[in-house]
Amino acid sequence: MSAATAWRNVLSETGDIARFTGRFFREFFRPRYEFAEFLKQCFSIGYQSLPLVALTAFIMGLVITIQSRPTLVEFGAEAWLPKMVSVSLVREIAPVISALICAGKIGSSIGAELGSMKVTEQIDAMEVSGTNPFKFLVVTRVLATTLMIPVLGILADAVSLYGGYIGANIRGVVSWDLYWSQCFDALKYGDVIPAVTKTFFFGFAIGIIGCYKGYNTQKGTEGVGISANSAVVVSSLLVFMIDLIAVQIADLFGLT
Amino acid sequence: MPTCLDLHDMLAETEIIQEKSGTSGTDSSESVIHLGKLNKSFGDNHVLRDFDFDLYAGENVVVLGKSGSGKSVLIKCIIGLMKPDSGTLTVFGKDIPELPHQELDQIRMRVGFLFQSNALYDSMTVRENLEFPLRRHGLHTTKEQVDELVLEALTNVGLAETVDMMPSELSGGMRKRIALARTLILKPEIILYDEPTTGLDPITGKEISNLMNMVQKKYNASSVIITHDMTTVRIIADRIIMLIDGTCYADGTYDELRKSDDKKVKQFFE
Repeated sequence: MSAATAWRNVLSETGDIARFTGRFFREFFRPRYEFAEFLKQCFSIGYQSLPLVALTAFIMGLVITIQSRPTLVEFGAEAWLPKMVSVSLVREIAPVISALICAGKIGSSIGAELGSMKVTEQIDAMEVSGTNPFKFLVVTRVLATTLMIPVLGILADAVSLYGGYIGANIRGVVSWDLYWSQCFDALKYGDVIPAVTKTFFFGFAIGIIGCYKGYNTQKGTEGVGISANSAVVVSSLLVFMIDLIAVQIADLFGLT
Repeated sequence: MPTCLDLHDMLAETEIIQEKSGTSGTDSSESVIHLGKLNKSFGDNHVLRDFDFDLYAGENVVVLGKSGSGKSVLIKCIIGLMKPDSGTLTVFGKDIPELPHQELDQIRMRVGFLFQSNALYDSMTVRENLEFPLRRHGLHTTKEQVDELVLEALTNVGLAETVDMMPSELSGGMRKRIALARTLILKPEIILYDEPTTGLDPITGKEISNLMNMVQKKYNASSVIITHDMTTVRIIADRIIMLIDGTCYADGTYDELRKSDDKKVKQFFE
């Protein structure tokens, strides 16, 4: 495939995703509202992803603390460890890592589920049964990821800080109270609010890409695998791009 | 090339012993589905070309044609899942392509669709699969009514015991029956079958065909059946339409078409 064709495909797909997103907003404001399905998706996306996100966040907190310690010791700034760890975890590492984990788990799951529904005509069957499949399948899932990924991100903040506490006590001794008071002293609203805000966009991107890929699956069962895979790749890439934009905007408002 | 009409007229004069009771057409002259000069294409691929067709109340019409000839596209246009490019398409006198969504849903309550792949919702039990169209169309809101209808539909297909099973726990034939039960739960006046016996062994295929016949009698429904399975055709067809090159190439009863000398028609019966 030539570079020109590849670019044309990328631009064409970007246009299709933009149209798909536009349709999401149109359908979102129109009744009927699929509240029961939305709650079901919140449970599936939020609650069932919780152990994986928590475990990953704990490990990240632990590892960051252990790896940061020698450098701080070298500068005689070991006491700054909780502050440094809390700022880096809450501002960047926990939200991005939890979003990437969700892009892998939730993005692929949505892509594969909707893809297999598409190739086995379940989406058509839904339409014949008097249901708007876009509203029932896409709107509910995108809303659920948009709301649940920030919740998972906040949980990841807390668990990763706990991991940091364990890490800080492997080589040194930091009391529970001192660790947490130093963590919270270091954090400002300017650290927390942009970090939480960007997770809403991460969640939206993961949901919309997973749904777009699944809903537009072609080529039978082979296409289901392709959809699941590309949902993960594109949504992970979007997480980084959104993060980059979020940092620039935060910087613009003096929040960095 | 014989047209629908001349082949039908030519053979209609021949004395034929019908495999299935009754001849082409029905005692009712009411057309429940009317397609006039229907066209549908995908890029350069003209799937339907000026396709004309009428389904009369109470009859079973089989649409025969090679794979990729546009048979599934035809019934998907009828149910409103695809839009034709041009031509007339009415179901119960309503212009389907121009119908607003709510009115289309009203028509869909009266038209059942059995999908080729069954299209059972994997994440739902058999009961939930059957309840889905009832609840979505806002019918029978009490639990007792819903339970009664689910049980009735499952009993009709002989699978009442599977009510709490998942589709993945069922065999291919059972899944087909459950899909048929889901189609029947709204007591449709027209049933569209998309290759109902594909992927089934000959015995199960015959059972499904007999079941479809039974359903047609019990519900007095009209049916359009897409199939390649000549056993099914023999069992169920009141009338056969041959879809070749996007047009209605031949139209007649099983025996009329079986005796045809036309090469394209004969190849289906060899």
